[in-house]
Amino acid sequence: MLARPGRTALTGLGTVIGITVFVATLGLASTAAGQIGDRFDAMTATEVTVTDQSNVDDLPGGVEPGLGEDPEKAAMAVNGVTAAGSYFVPDIREPGGESAQGSLLPPGPPGTEPAGVSVDVLAVSPGYFDAVHARLAHGRVFDSFHEENTQPVAVLGRAAAHRIGLNGVEHRPTLFVGRHPFTVIGIVEDVERHPATLASVMVPRSSAMETWGAPEPGMGENTLIVDTRMGAAQQVGDEIRVALRPDHPAALQVQVPPDPRTLRDGIDNDLTGLFMALAVVCLGVGALGIANTTLVSVIERVPEIGLRRAMGARRSQIAAQFLTESAGSGFVGGMVGAALGAGTVVVVSLFQGWGPLLDPRTIAAAPLIGAGVGLVAGAYPAWRAARTEPAQALRS
Amino acid sequence: MTPVIDMRGVSRTFDGPSPVHALRDVDLTIEAGEYVTVVGPSGSGKSTFLNLVGLLDTPTGGTYLIDGIDPADMGERHRSALRGDRIGFVFQSFHLIGHRSALDNTRLSMVYTGVPRAERTARARTALRRVGLSHREHALAATLSGGERQRVAIARALAARPSLLLCDEPTGNLDSTTAASVLSLLDELHADGITLLVVTHDTGVAARGQRTVIIRDGCLSEGSRRCPAAPGPGPPRTGFRCATSCPKPPPACSPVPAGRR
Repeated sequence: MLARPGRTALTGLGTVIGITVFVATLGLASTAAGQIGDRFDAMTATEVTVTDQSNVDDLPGGVEPGLGEDPEKAAMAVNGVTAAGSYFVPDIREPGGESAQGSLLPPGPPGTEPAGVSVDVLAVSPGYFDAVHARLAHGRVFDSFHEENTQPVAVLGRAAAHRIGLNGVEHRPTLFVGRHPFTVIGIVEDVERHPATLASVMVPRSSAMETWGAPEPGMGENTLIVDTRMGAAQQVGDEIRVALRPDHPAALQVQVPPDPRTLRDGIDNDLTGLFMALAVVCLGVGALGIANTTLVSVIERVPEIGLRRAMGARRSQIAAQFLTESAGSGFVGGMVGAALGAGTVVVVSLFQGWGPLLDPRTIAAAPLIGAGVGLVAGAYPAWRAARTEPAQALRS
Repeated sequence: MTPVIDMRGVSRTFDGPSPVHALRDVDLTIEAGEYVTVVGPSGSGKSTFLNLVGLLDTPTGGTYLIDGIDPADMGERHRSALRGDRIGFVFQSFHLIGHRSALDNTRLSMVYTGVPRAERTARARTALRRVGLSHREHALAATLSGGERQRVAIARALAARPSLLLCDEPTGNLDSTTAASVLSLLDELHADGITLLVVTHDTGVAARGQRTVIIRDGCLSEGSRRCPAAPGPGPPRTGFRCATSCPKPPPACSPVPAGRR
């Protein structure tokens, strides 16, 4: 076997390819899964959203829809919650049916073109800004004082301020939403979730309700954003229903992020299963290759087999010789394949900018799998070799 | 002393639609140190005889003892071991492994007979020296000349120290000069006390032996002829000279009665 490196290499080639695919696919699967895990947003993982969207008709009699009394306070009482804030979109249509305009000047008399621009209005609770991780550019946000006293104040998102043409809040500018004035006390530079914030005018819930009326219950307009500690989202999602609506938890719809571990495992299993099937097919092809080459080798070496039998070799020793050769070339093929496969994973990761992930056990197992494949593939040729009649074999 | 080969009424029939009686009722005794040649035309049963002697085949009738041991009831395993221990094969087509060195080829005969690894090399070197190929021990078999190959094959057979050197047309693939040197080597081995059985269709080769037995139509007839010339080292004797000094009696193959095997 060692005396004929060319043939040995050819014999092992099938295993080399099979093991290369095997190692490379396993490696790429774990690498890709690792990427998915890394990209899994930390913000998404700590966000729980609660809405009161539920069919009013389905609710038993006497049960009110909605997030319940003071949802912020109730949510903050749940262990693992770091911030909570609710918002709803007020119905700010003017009596004429047109949507309201935000402007720095009061609109002109009816019939004339409004001088402002169209912006969205959000009615938010003071905790909202913490819940979306708002970062301020100017001024301040409103707090429970404004909320409790129905203050006509507003905080603008960066994009909304830009559209209106507001660069600072030092002079307490007054913003008209429709015909209602609000004092702008702050501009939000950035948020980490609910990016609609940046294009909106935020006013206290109490002010919005006084100006435009309360949100219609059960229509999903009332939303609570809950910021949790990392890893607590699942648990908070379970508990917050009861915390908000102990009388009827089913009235709430709670959105929790998918468990990142489940997600990663799922992807891992899907990909690995697929790739494993591919690798097994490749190994099967490799095994057929080894079987074929070994069989040819047996036929070609019939005189040698006869000679060895004449020299006192038993049938089992002849079989063992060919099994050893096929298992050996499988083993070598497995080693080469493991190296090539690992190289493939590294190169692919390099071009993709991924961190290559490869279980060392895969590498360690590869030569053994190769040897096993070689052993199986060599079984039939070895049996043929052992069956060779020495008297006839020597005649050739 | 126990004869090396002791055949009593050995026959070999190949079953089939019309059974072939390849060998019938063969009696042959070869004592240790004898040089016996077997001649016969093609299809006479020579090969069958060779396979039986070499334990590559089992007789369908009669008894065959090698060194007093009866391999008839042995399993494949023990018969293989007996073959490796007692028989040294020399083939017409040499059967060397081409991509191995002469030394490797010589060592092969001891691989399956339990000779310790360290001892194999020493014995292989001795055997190669005996056939005059010490200087070629690292040459690949494929690069050797025909005569050298047959010498390596003989060295391989000798290295295992068999009871019997079984040569099948040892000069069949060699030119006359090389053939003569190989035959001289066999003569020398005979002088050393090696038991030789040479199967050939060449009467010249056959005449080199002390005795020649003839196979014809599956019957073996023993001509008790001896060359007057003493075996051993000396000037090369041509087969022709030997043959003329020992005129052969006609073969005595009595017709076998029908139904007897």
